[in-house]
Amino acid sequence: MGKETATLLLTWAALMALLAITVAAALLPIGPVKGAINIGAALAKAALIYWVFMHLKEVSGFLRIAAVGAVVWIVILGTMTFTDIVSRGG
Amino acid sequence: MTDAVAATPQVAHKGKDTAEERVSYLRAGHSLTSWLTTTDHKRIAILYLVAITGFFFIGGAAAALMRFELISPHGMVLSNEGYSRAFTMHGVIMVWFFLIPSIPNTFGNFLIPLMIGAKDLAFPRLNLASWYIYVLGGCFTLYALVGGGVDTGWTFYTPLSSMFANGHVVALIAAVFISGFSSILTGINFIVTIHTLRAPGMKWTRLPIFVWSHYSTSLILVLATPVLAITLVLLAAERLFGVGVFNPALGGDPLLFQHLFWFYSHPAVYIMVLPAMGVVSELVCAAAHKRIFGYAFVAGASLAIAGVGFLVWGHHMFVAGESGLAATIFSFLSLVVAVPSAVKVYNWTATLYKGDISLDPPFLFAMGFIGLFTVGGLTGLMLAMLAIDVHVHDTYFVVAHFHYIMVGGAVSAFFGALHYWWPKITGRMYSLTWGRIDAALIFVGFNLTFFPQFILGYLGMPRRYHVYDPSLQVWHVMSSAGASILAVAYILPFIYLYAALRTAKPAGPNPWGAAGLEWTTPSPPPKHNFEGPVVVTHEAYAYENAPPPRERQ
Amino acid sequence: MSEAASKGVTLEEPFARRDQQREADFLGMYLFLASEIMLFGGVIALLFADRFRHPGAAEQAAARLNLMIGTANTVILLTSSLFVALAVAAARAGKARAVTGWLIGASLLGLAFLGLKGVEYAEDLAEGIRPILGRATPGALFINLYFTATALHAIHLTVGIGLMGWSAARVGRGRVKVPNQSIVIEMTGLYWHFVDVVWVFLFPFLYLPRH
Repeated sequence: MGKETATLLLTWAALMALLAITVAAALLPIGPVKGAINIGAALAKAALIYWVFMHLKEVSGFLRIAAVGAVVWIVILGTMTFTDIVSRGG
Repeated sequence: MTDAVAATPQVAHKGKDTAEERVSYLRAGHSLTSWLTTTDHKRIAILYLVAITGFFFIGGAAAALMRFELISPHGMVLSNEGYSRAFTMHGVIMVWFFLIPSIPNTFGNFLIPLMIGAKDLAFPRLNLASWYIYVLGGCFTLYALVGGGVDTGWTFYTPLSSMFANGHVVALIAAVFISGFSSILTGINFIVTIHTLRAPGMKWTRLPIFVWSHYSTSLILVLATPVLAITLVLLAAERLFGVGVFNPALGGDPLLFQHLFWFYSHPAVYIMVLPAMGVVSELVCAAAHKRIFGYAFVAGASLAIAGVGFLVWGHHMFVAGESGLAATIFSFLSLVVAVPSAVKVYNWTATLYKGDISLDPPFLFAMGFIGLFTVGGLTGLMLAMLAIDVHVHDTYFVVAHFHYIMVGGAVSAFFGALHYWWPKITGRMYSLTWGRIDAALIFVGFNLTFFPQFILGYLGMPRRYHVYDPSLQVWHVMSSAGASILAVAYILPFIYLYAALRTAKPAGPNPWGAAGLEWTTPSPPPKHNFEGPVVVTHEAYAYENAPPPRERQ
Repeated sequence: MSEAASKGVTLEEPFARRDQQREADFLGMYLFLASEIMLFGGVIALLFADRFRHPGAAEQAAARLNLMIGTANTVILLTSSLFVALAVAAARAGKARAVTGWLIGASLLGLAFLGLKGVEYAEDLAEGIRPILGRATPGALFINLYFTATALHAIHLTVGIGLMGWSAARVGRGRVKVPNQSIVIEMTGLYWHFVDVVWVFLFPFLYLPRH
């Protein structure tokens, strides 16, 4: 098989591995760190999909920012709303 | 025509020039079908112009009804519910179906490719689709209107909208949701066009401020509008199915609605004002026949307004139950966001300083903008301060504040753009005398309508009420009188601009003696904008190479 | 964007160069997906806010969801992304039959996802996990957000299946030529991958909160 196909299959394998890790972490009694593992695995999977499947490894830096930059705005929405919720008196 | 082109050697035209290419975009196809299936950005701009004008008059009729009702301190022709429906339809139509598309989808569509030396936008068919989507949203709005309207206010606050409101709430929510897609697609089209279709030599630092403003606006369109979409979806789900996200009895929080709503709606006001500021930058330079003062700062200020504008939404919720800490943070950031706007006002003033200022109609509108926007902006600073806001929130003070910016500002800029680029779009020059009369009428009528509202708000008149204490009547009557002057001023251009189409001599490519690529091509432009490939060799606002201003031609 | 990547590609108005057109197409689709990030990001922000305001409720409610179906669906979707990536590679290489095959495969996997989701919804309703309308019960908000989020995702998935089916048909009939117009497959692919990414985030928020 070509190099490109091999890369795609390897990426898929990595995604499956991350899925296995995240489900295992959810089921095992390892305490609150499982939340962090789950989010981390999700971020890793998304990064792989964007980098390989969605061609971010081939495009310019500007296009990469355009592809994922919106996350900053979700962080703004989340953190400032959260600040309000957390600091309310009752 | 080619003489004027030679007189503005900012660009070098190379290559052939076929007869077909020289046909103006207006003459390239006459049938209704050719208009409704066009992908030419200039024709799509006109399609939008017609649509938004229609909505402007519907929203204006609602306003006229309201101002008529408010002449008397007791209810005259409307019930409480009826009045609520009037201001809701006024707000929804004016915000989403007039102001948001007004400058970007008419002048942005028409001018961005011309200003950067391109043949069209990057995705011409997507552009046409945007118009159809907008019209579909408009149809839902008309359906809701004919069905009796909605009484929730344009802000659709829960629990009124989700639990108690009568009327076609879901239809109106659907209308706004649909129009949002038009916004998003427009934003995508503009950003990609500006990034990829600039002519050779048209570096980022040579772009007109109009383009920088629309780029910044497009960032907001793409990033903020989807949050409105999800908010409306959840609101519909709450109303139709009782989902509970915003309902405290089911574990939800009504303030979450406001957070999500204003996360979009505050940046939305910058969608409305940034293009207007872009127009004013062009007009101020042409008025003074000079380069803009502090180009980099004005361009940067556009981006800064778009960016910081996303951080201030909580200032709409100071008295809604937001925490003190959040309120303080939002208040501080709201003061910060005024800085780039102020930078623009200072730079416009500095541009005009020692300029030989023309008093042609477009420039009168621009100067009206600067004055009225400054009043609106300063009162915005006042509202950003917690101690003041507690007293004037939900009063006419707020109403006056945003109308100074949206109407005194953005609508003035829209009229300025109309009067400035009308010769380019139609190839005809209108009566300058009537244009000046209209500018004066708008300025006087506007101030008479809205300045008394600051006083009313300070004296305690709540917004969204049509019954009030008789001691306030004199201010309301003044305001309504002003509104009737405004109505005349808004209708007048239909007469003299239309008359120009019929009777005036053709306008040349550059009647104002302005700098900018759009003035180097014939009026009206040929279908593919330029008679041959474009190469840019001069900086932006190269007024030293431009023809003399109109008065000296 | 290299000129080489765009050799043989059909040039459309108003572009003057192929690499310019390719950059524009990619930028346009990434920006559209950015708007979708904002859409789904809003939902996920709400899930987050709900977790905070009602600690424990998410864990209780999530434990009742069918983790096996959720995991199986994740496997299905990730594999469908692989198929789509292979379709794009085939399009760039000009292999029309392979393109059609991989796209149909991905579409079938997408339909399998929807089928399993339907089975899951039926099971949920049978067990009393239903959109909880008008009554306050612990975990009610979580369950309602679960239905809202997965329904919104399913709508996007359905659109994606439609796009892939349509592209497969057009390539199969020769209406869309590869590699001249492989951009059609690439853009469809970007959309599908994004729908997959959304699920990658929904899965841990909805199925995995457990003690």
